[in-house]
Amino acid sequence: MNPYLPVLVTFAAAFAVIGMFLFFCHAFGPKQTSKIKSDPFECGNPPSGPAHDRFAVRFYIVAMLFLLFDIEVVFLYPWAILFRDLGGLGIAEMSFFLVLLVGGLAYVWWRGALEWE
Amino acid sequence: MDVTGLLIVVGKVLFITFVVLNFGAIMTWAERKQAALIQDRIGPNRINIGGFKLLGLIQPIADGIKMIMKEDFIPAGAHKLYHTLAPAIAMFPALVGLAVIPFGPSFDAGGRHIDLQVANLDVGILFVLAVSSLGVYGIALAGWASNNKYSLLGTVRATAQMISYEIPMGLSIIGIVMTYGTLELNKIVDLQGEYFRLGGIGVLPKWGIFYQPLGFILLFTALIAETKRTPFDLPEGESELVAGYNVEYSGMKWGMFFLGEFASIVVVSALIATLYLGGWQVPYVHLTALPVLPRILLGLISFFGKVVVLCFLQLLIRWTLPRFRYDQLMDLGWKRLLPLAIVNVPITAVWLWVLGGFKLG
Amino acid sequence: MSAAIAFWILAIGAVSTALGVVLMRNPITSALNLVLSLCFVAGLYALLEAHFVAAIQVTVYAGAIMVLFTFVIMLLDLGQVQDRIGPPEGLVKAAVMGLLGIAFVVMVAKSAHLGITIPSTSGLTPANVARAGGNTRLVGELLFGPYLLPFEIAGVLLVVALVGTVVMAKREVDPRRRK
Repeated sequence: MNPYLPVLVTFAAAFAVIGMFLFFCHAFGPKQTSKIKSDPFECGNPPSGPAHDRFAVRFYIVAMLFLLFDIEVVFLYPWAILFRDLGGLGIAEMSFFLVLLVGGLAYVWWRGALEWE
Repeated sequence: MDVTGLLIVVGKVLFITFVVLNFGAIMTWAERKQAALIQDRIGPNRINIGGFKLLGLIQPIADGIKMIMKEDFIPAGAHKLYHTLAPAIAMFPALVGLAVIPFGPSFDAGGRHIDLQVANLDVGILFVLAVSSLGVYGIALAGWASNNKYSLLGTVRATAQMISYEIPMGLSIIGIVMTYGTLELNKIVDLQGEYFRLGGIGVLPKWGIFYQPLGFILLFTALIAETKRTPFDLPEGESELVAGYNVEYSGMKWGMFFLGEFASIVVVSALIATLYLGGWQVPYVHLTALPVLPRILLGLISFFGKVVVLCFLQLLIRWTLPRFRYDQLMDLGWKRLLPLAIVNVPITAVWLWVLGGFKLG
Repeated sequence: MSAAIAFWILAIGAVSTALGVVLMRNPITSALNLVLSLCFVAGLYALLEAHFVAAIQVTVYAGAIMVLFTFVIMLLDLGQVQDRIGPPEGLVKAAVMGLLGIAFVVMVAKSAHLGITIPSTSGLTPANVARAGGNTRLVGELLFGPYLLPFEIAGVLLVVALVGTVVMAKREVDPRRRK
């Protein structure tokens, strides 16, 4: 049997559970909307300013760094499985790769892109 | 169409869904009781059915009923579809994560070979990583859809936190993959049944934690940060952003975030138990040599015992440590865990070479 | 037979969500449609016994790249596309370019002069793949064998991207003293 079939069944079960919860949300419980309730929550103050302000570029840097290191991790997985068969040559190959990435991390660190997060 | 096979699969899926939801609910109770014990008070003790208090175990049911009965309102200007979709996506990884985890030894019954694992995927661990990557969207949508700038701020910080800790998470598992040479979780658990031998006598089971003590700490920390548990729960900063990205949620939708978080405690514990603590293996007991019933029972007790201990550990950590500030949190992720996780790879390579050349053994 | 059903479901899903990316007005909806499309494509990879690539597609493409896109959309607060009356400008030009593109791809696909031999996939049954040690191991054998140089170059490319990110982003901020 295809191993993905149980995965699909699990997904179906998850959707069923989520659907059940959302149904509970919707079905039970009163529905009384009022102006005050619908305002954005600001600990009692009247809502101030638009909902979307400008944001720090730090978050964009974090997302980019995450992406690049995620790709690095992806390359490490097949290597980790083949690690024993590749022996010394494999270690040399991956060391070069890792040194490159560590160098990149060091540069990013030195430039202060990881500060004040 | 292999009907019996399909029924067995459905049975296993129902079992793990049941486990996740119930453990999740019990965790909410356990958290409050444990917090109470640590803080030298009693915890929930008012709830009772006809005078039977049961230590407050009925509390989760009461909480559930309360959440269902609350009004589900969507603030004006919020995007209705995403407001509803966000808790669904956030809960999804917790419900699905256990699908690749072997919770018991395999056995033969009625001419079939039955594995106590829902799906034996070729890429075992990567499934869990992939699913938790998708869970980030639940948080991202939650804040964005709420039309509230505090929600949005909370969401962006929470998302940045989650993605920052996904890399040490992925990297720590590399050590385990190097040690056992496979991504399939059932093979990893099987291999943890062997022993380090001293003069022919098995001394220590080959559990992941003995091969990878650093990796264990790294993965545990990264997973606690990923599931946004204290000390990493700034996004839910109860004293700061009110509830951060889920401030505009009430009733069952908030309950879904909440239950999702507690269910993910269970999945985290199961993952760590499988990779580092031998899964369903019992040390010094050769389970596959036993007849079917004691084998299954011992395996299940062993696995769920480890899961419970790890859950207890996570709750203990929550109530002992103060919360990190956001910059401390990001520092820890990028400047400490990431370099340590990278360094873990050559250390593991050397360690494995010292232990026995490049043979698996 | 079940493979055929799975293929059609995944393929129709992938194409319709891809259409959704282009046709939806809300940028977040477009982004989420793209995430779904990538997940369907991952399913197609799994159908071809490329399990490792399928998992990576979800983890990296749908789970990292699209998170980046979503971040940008959320941070920049891109609004909805306004409605138009009548066909969009440049529709004819776009259609011509599209047809030329398809013709080009077909030409390349039929060409045998690129020096890349596509191995036959008839040997890729689940049993064969499992016997060879699993899909990830096979990918690894290729990656650290014949394709070692592209792998190392990919590493260099990643470092270039790292440096580029910091340089581009830091340019927008006032110069700070290095600690």
